[in-house]
Formats: sequence, structure tokens, C-alpha cells
Amino acid sequence: MLLQYLLLPVVFIILVKVARRATRVKSVPYGTISHMSLVPHGEASVSGAAPHSFGTIEEAVVSRASVPDTSTDDRQAAEMDSPSPVDSQTERQAHVAYDAEALVGYYQKMVEIRLFEDATTKAFRQGKIGGYLHVYSGQEATGTAFLGAMKPEKGDVAIAAYRIHAHALLLGAHPNNVMAELYGKGTGIVKGKGGSMHLFHAEGGMLGGYGIVGGHIPLAPGYAYGLRYQGKDGVVQSYLGDGSIHNGAFHEAANLAGLWGKSGMCPTLFILENNQYGMGTSVERATAMTELGRKFESYGIEWERVDGMDVQATLAVAEQVQERVRETGKPYAIEAFGYRIVPHGAADFLEQYRSKEEVAKWREKDPIPLLHGQLIEMGIAEDRLEAIRAEAKAKADEAVKFAEESPDPDLSELLTDVYADDTYVEPAG
Amino acid sequence: MPVMTYRDALRSAMAEEMERDESIVLLGEDIGLYGGTHLVTNGLIDQFGPKRVIDTPIAEGGFTGAAIGMAMSGLKPIVEMMTWNFSFLAADQIIQTAAKLHYFSGGQVNVPLVVRGPNGGGVQLSAQHTHSLEGFYGHFPGLKVVSPATPADVKGMMLEAIRNPNPVIFLEAGALYGTKGEVPEGDEVVPFGKARVAREGTDVTLIAYGRQVPLLLRVADKLAEQDISAEVIDLRSIRPLDTETFVESVKKTNRAVVVQEQWRYFSVASEVCAVLQHEAFDYLDAPVERVSGAEVPAPYARNLEIAGFPTIDHVVSAARRVLYLEK
Repeated sequence: MLLQYLLLPVVFIILVKVARRATRVKSVPYGTISHMSLVPHGEASVSGAAPHSFGTIEEAVVSRASVPDTSTDDRQAAEMDSPSPVDSQTERQAHVAYDAEALVGYYQKMVEIRLFEDATTKAFRQGKIGGYLHVYSGQEATGTAFLGAMKPEKGDVAIAAYRIHAHALLLGAHPNNVMAELYGKGTGIVKGKGGSMHLFHAEGGMLGGYGIVGGHIPLAPGYAYGLRYQGKDGVVQSYLGDGSIHNGAFHEAANLAGLWGKSGMCPTLFILENNQYGMGTSVERATAMTELGRKFESYGIEWERVDGMDVQATLAVAEQVQERVRETGKPYAIEAFGYRIVPHGAADFLEQYRSKEEVAKWREKDPIPLLHGQLIEMGIAEDRLEAIRAEAKAKADEAVKFAEESPDPDLSELLTDVYADDTYVEPAG
Repeated sequence: MPVMTYRDALRSAMAEEMERDESIVLLGEDIGLYGGTHLVTNGLIDQFGPKRVIDTPIAEGGFTGAAIGMAMSGLKPIVEMMTWNFSFLAADQIIQTAAKLHYFSGGQVNVPLVVRGPNGGGVQLSAQHTHSLEGFYGHFPGLKVVSPATPADVKGMMLEAIRNPNPVIFLEAGALYGTKGEVPEGDEVVPFGKARVAREGTDVTLIAYGRQVPLLLRVADKLAEQDISAEVIDLRSIRPLDTETFVESVKKTNRAVVVQEQWRYFSVASEVCAVLQHEAFDYLDAPVERVSGAEVPAPYARNLEIAGFPTIDHVVSAARRVLYLEK
């Protein structure tokens, strides 16, 4: 046993070295993303992206009807079978206008998340963060818009999986405490007891933080039922990845949600973050019916797809569907179609399951440079955006400093919080 | 004191507490209109309505997970496993989420959840429908696990289970649903972690819980005919385990037999033996005996099933062995 523990760090160092070499050879810049990378990759995306046009992201999807990777039959079937589909994206964009100033605010949030994640990746590779580390880079447009539509004062909550640093930050957790949690420090947001996969900030409506793929999904319809049962007006946002939709827990949960929604007892907004890979297995390799949002239809749940790489697209939908769910008490589902532009986890060094060309192509659709280009088009000065990036970098650095300087959890914490009343404690050892 | 069946005592605990506390809801398969497969919830849907007595689809993982969500939202759900055999489909929810949520949320979230249903075999349901899961669930920190044996206890412990802010695994002795006993009226809570001396004796300590407790009382009668005075300990609660009561008993009798329906290895009896050798080593006059279920999936044929579970003869024999009256 002891030998294994001694060998672990050695194996880790070898893996890091192999990965670094692979990175050099392939010239794929997956490593730490400097904040310079937050400006557009190509000229096209700077000059070509007008607000509300999808510009360079010709393949990214706006509505169900324009999914590139599904067969015509599937698409037609989707159009025909979807129970009263909401296909009014264009219409919505016409009346939900986000002015440049509001978008600058979203830019700031997205950049803060990205630079926080860059810092976590760096710390993981330095061996300062243990366990698993799943970063959100590339998916910011989804969380930023939908979590932004939550109204904690009405009792709205989010229940998410394990790629959740952004969810905690966006719901008001302090970056210092989130970083300290990843470092396993006593100042961590869950006292160093959960780590990257179990972030909770109940005060802001962030209710986890679960590491078993699919296992957290049934909690949402139950929580939603509880809210309505108690006469509360809240909405539960249930975040799930494309990898979890093949798990029985998803289907059982969706079935309950549809069923309880019939009597207005299930205000759940499912947000399927389709980043196209469940770990290394692509959607095509995981299911014969790849139009994932349609799986909700089996359970009487309406849904729509949004471009998860463009915050203007997600914003155009978020508040409206949140309020619709609040009003009806019925579940609704969003498939946010996007891409994980970084490895699955910080230890996913080789990425043999996808080509570097594919990754490079999607990195050109990176939501942050996209928004940057849109803001420049709208007349926002580069200096101002640069200042936002610098400030975000400083925040991330401060979080790292706080985490590094924080004390380890007190050893007495080992045995607390096992039971809610803490009257029953078994001794250690 | 009124006399009632184990089943009625259990139902009255839930109904009385539901009258007092609106945050309690019941979920499970056919617990409402059908009346419950074992009639434990019979009539409750008429009394409390379908919003509080929720018939679910046959999807244990889904509705147990949903019940955890309800508990997080401020409700006190009671989930019925039609039988505990089906809880394997919900084991991920119970073990990976309910048991650990309070800990990995750093104490931010409580899960006041009761999962209840009949446990154990004895009615020819064969392999997939016959399990005794005390050892299995007792293994996991974060859960409280109980196994009441009498109508009085099943009522008092259900009241405690509902009021407890933690997930409680409530393992009912299904074979005892129809047995009768005196049940105190009103709000008599039986706390967890406190074993019961079901019969006092001086020569040997017999230790069990759930369905085996009445068996041990019959064993004690048999032994009395042979002038052997047996003390019977009903553990009641598996986690937390009241070790003090049975250790004190063994310090007095110097001999112990632990009886369970579940399989021998890695079981509650294994744990009791470990505690005894540690806490009462110098008091033991004989190695502790375990009487357990046969190490086979449960068979169907009546004679095979009976042979596979602890019987009066098995336990009498084990008691005589620790008294060096037979080999």
C-alpha cells in the first residue's frame, strides 16, 4: 500500500511531462490560457460578428431546426413531434435587447470565470489542487445567462453536477473561498470537505455540487415539488451534461418532472449543457438518437436548443424561460449546444478521442472572444475591456494568494458534519 | 395500553405525525390508491390527499432522489420501498447522496429523510426478493439504521425517525406486520442507539434485532425447560449501535450467541463479535457463536427456505455449545 502511495506522485510527474511534451509537439494551446487569449482568435470574428448575427459560428446552432449533425429525418421529426415548440428565438431577440453596457457586465463575469479557471488549472498542474478538476472554459455563455436569470429572493436554486466552479461564482460565492476549497483549506466554501465537485453556497441558491454522473438529476424535481408544496414561488435550475442523459437517473427524473408538472407542481428548468463529449465519448458514440433535447419530449417536457457559445443567444432565452417555468409550475428544458474547449479534466492530457483540428475549429468560436468582437463592434473601447481583463486577473491572483495562505482545516473537522445534529460521532482510527 | 399490530402501530405513527406536521409527505409505489402492497399506508391517501401521499412510477432511484430534493427544500419525506430488495436501484441515491450530502456540503444542507419498508424474508419470495440489509446500510456513515421488533418500538422509532434531521434507514420486520402488542398512546418516542433487554437471564446472552427477537424469546422458553436462563437483547438500532447494553449483559453471563437472518460474513453479528472480543475479552468463557442465514441466495421451496434461516433448534444448539453442553 505504502509503495503505491509513494509511486503516485512519480506517476503523476511522468504524466505531466508526457503531457507537456505532447502539448509542445501538437502545438495545441490547452494549457494555461493567458488572458491575451480572451481576445478574438481571427480577424473574421472581430470584424464579422455583428450583434445578433451568428457571424463566424456558422455551425453553432440557434434552434432545433438548424442542427448540423442530425439527419434531415431527425430534424423533421423534431419539428413535427415537439409539443408546441418554442421556436421564437429570432422574435425574442427582437424584443429582448441587451445594450452594450449590459453586455459589458456579462463580459466581465465571463472573463472572471475564465481567468479563475486558468488559475485552477495552473495550480492543479503544480500539484496544489488534488482530486479531480473539471473546468468550465468555453461554456461560460450558458451559465452566465441562465444563472443570471435566477431570483434568489424568490427561492430560486441551482442543482448542478461537477463542472461547477462557475456556478458557485455566478451565484455569489467568493472566489477566495472557492479557490480555498480547491486547495483543501479550512477557509474553503465547504470547509475543505468537498473539493471541486461539491461546491455549495446555499445562501446564493447554489445547492451543489455532485460527482456521480446523472445521480443529482432526480433531486431537482423533488426540490421543485417541495417549493410548490410549501406555496413558494421559486424555480429549480437543474444542470446536466450530455454524458448524463443516457443514465437511468435522468430518465426517471424527467419522467417525474413531466408527471408532477401536469399539476403545476414541478417548476424545474433543465439546462442540458451539451458540450458534445461525455468525458471522451462523443454524443454519436453514446446514443443512436443524437438530438438530445428530444429525449425530454418522451416525458412531456417542452424544450429548445440555444447556441451555448454566444451569450447573446443564451441571454435572449434565459429570463423568459425562467419566468415561464415560474408561472406554469411545469418543467422546461434548454439544450445549450456548445463545446468544451479544454480537456475533460485537468488530468485529461492526451485527448486521443478528438482531433486537434476539431478543437481548434471550436476554439475559434470561443464565447469570450466572440463577445469581445461584438462589443468592439458596438463601440466599446478596447481599453475598457482590457481593464476588465486586468481586474479579473487580479481577482484570480488574489484568490490563489488567499488559498495558498489559508490554514488547513482543523483536524477536528474530520468528524463533524457527518450527522446534522452532531450528537452521534464515532471516533477516528 | 391499547393492543395493535405492528402494521397498525407503524401507520398510526405516520398518521399522527402527519397531523402534527404538514411538512411530512409519503412517496412510494402503490402507497395511495392501492393502499400499499403491505397495507401499511392503507387509508392515508383518503386522510391526507394525493399531494401528501404520492403514488410514484416504479422507479426507485428517481423517486428516492426526488425525496432527497424534497428534504433539501424543507419537507420531511417518508419513502416506502415496497420491499428493501428494490432499494439496490436507489442505493446510489441513498448512499452517494443522502448519506453524504450534509458532510460534503460542509454542513450547509440537511437531509431529513426516512426510507422505510419490509426487510428480510420468510414467505417464499426466493432469491431476488429476500435480503436482510442491516449490515449493508449499517456500513455507511451518514445514515442512521434501525430495525424495530415490536409494535411499540415500531411506533416510537418511526416518530424518532421522522423528527431526526438525518437520513434514516427504517428496516421493518415484514414477517411481523401482523403480530400484536401493547403500544403506548400518544407521543412516546423511542430514541435511536438504545438497545432493549427483552428478557432477563443469567447464563447466556442472546443478541438479535427485528424478526429474530421473537424467535429468541421462544428459544429462551425452550432453554428454560432445560434450566438454562437466557438473557435476550434486542439491539433495535444498528447505527448507532448501543454496544454498552450487550457488553454489560455478557459481562454478567460470560457467554453470547448473536443471531441474524442475514449472511454471516461482514454482517451485524460480525460487528457484535468484534465489539465483544474488544470490550469483554476477559469476561468470555466461550467463543461467541453466530447463527446466520445460509450462504446461498434465498431458495424458493418452503423446506429449503426454513433450513436456510436461523431456527429455534439452531439457536438452542448454539446456546448449548457456548455452555459446553454439546459440541
